[in-house]
Amino acid sequence: MIACGALGGHIREIAARRGWAIELHCLPSLLHNHPERIAPAAEQLARDLQGRGLRVALGYADCGSYGALDSLCERLGIRRLPGLHCYDVLAGPGRLRAMFEAEPGTYLLTDFLVRSFRRSVLAELGLEEYPELWPDYFGHYRRLVWLAQSRDAPLDAEAAAIAAMFGLPLTVIDTGTGGLERELELLVGPMPPPLEHLTGSSPPPTAPDGLVTRRHP
Amino acid sequence: MNQDELLRQLYDFTLVGNAPEVLSLTNQGLAMGLGPEMLLYEALIPSLEEVGARFERGDFFVPEMLIAGRAMAGALEVLRPLLAETGAEPIGKIVMGTVKGDVHDIGKNLVNIMFEGAGFEVIDLGVQVSPEKFIDAIKEHKPDIVGFSAFLTTTMPMFKANINALQKAGMREQVIIMVGGAPVTQEYADVVGADGYASDASAAVVRAKELLSQRRALARA
Repeated sequence: MIACGALGGHIREIAARRGWAIELHCLPSLLHNHPERIAPAAEQLARDLQGRGLRVALGYADCGSYGALDSLCERLGIRRLPGLHCYDVLAGPGRLRAMFEAEPGTYLLTDFLVRSFRRSVLAELGLEEYPELWPDYFGHYRRLVWLAQSRDAPLDAEAAAIAAMFGLPLTVIDTGTGGLERELELLVGPMPPPLEHLTGSSPPPTAPDGLVTRRHP
Repeated sequence: MNQDELLRQLYDFTLVGNAPEVLSLTNQGLAMGLGPEMLLYEALIPSLEEVGARFERGDFFVPEMLIAGRAMAGALEVLRPLLAETGAEPIGKIVMGTVKGDVHDIGKNLVNIMFEGAGFEVIDLGVQVSPEKFIDAIKEHKPDIVGFSAFLTTTMPMFKANINALQKAGMREQVIIMVGGAPVTQEYADVVGADGYASDASAAVVRAKELLSQRRALARA
């Protein structure tokens, strides 16, 4: 499983709990700030892993790659998480669509984003150096919605602090990780049989036993 | 400081987005008797083009683009009325807006600055612009070009909705339609029936000039 670092913790927890034999490789979540780099990084890793005879899946939605991850999946015969972003997986596409129809100026947070907001948003967008850019980035947002996976007091406090920075109301929706788990189940489940398989060639290789996690710089 | 030094400094400070210095040098240049066109075309615009080139190469990222754009916008506030006083007609008029359902406007705002710097009159309708609002603006301002911007794959279909609305209003042929935004491609622009697409702010200006020149040549023929 090649996954976004923002989902890595959840995937590791789900895989361990479900006893899935997957080798988890996390790419940096900060690639989301340069989404054109996600597919090339995933491709290099996927080819290496396929070269080792492993079946590969992507723990990514489209994630701003605008179809590049779909092309990669098609080329390598692999699958990814559905939807445009992990928000779709966590909250469900219908709920998300309704949210944006009700208020297009909705800024979404997840537990990961709440935890890493200062590093992955403020620092990455240059707001620590250029605080005057705040209205350029966020001037049109009208509310914050935190899609919460597993709340606790420190996270609640951090989310409230972020909402205070925006000066906007915060809505919390407890999504948990059920949606992600259901989609992962489909990813790690049996692949639809390829034509060659039906005609008698060798079956796809199986993953090794045990959960292994690796981070990639 | 002589003219060349001032222009070089104006270029350099725009490149790094030092808005106070850019404003100060713009005023100093004017006080020295330099024309607003010279400051614009020999320092500010080339600098912003270099910012775009560095962004393309991956040397600059969004914050650097924005900070340079803001510095240039500050200078334009001073130069705009002076350019108008020279009596020079804008080379074209463009109505711009981010489509309905979309609040993202960083790219659009950078495109606006490049258009204005290139001598266009820009009427910016802001974000979440409905087809009806685009139509009203076209009726009111009679632009040469209308630009639709979208950042989300979910809002890109509004390009087609806008174009359909223009057709229904019998106004499709009155304006050149350009589209842009992070998820937009030339193929998508072709599918929705836009006249032009560009992948970045500098290219948008070049494409707009081409389309305008073709339209005017046709009108003359």
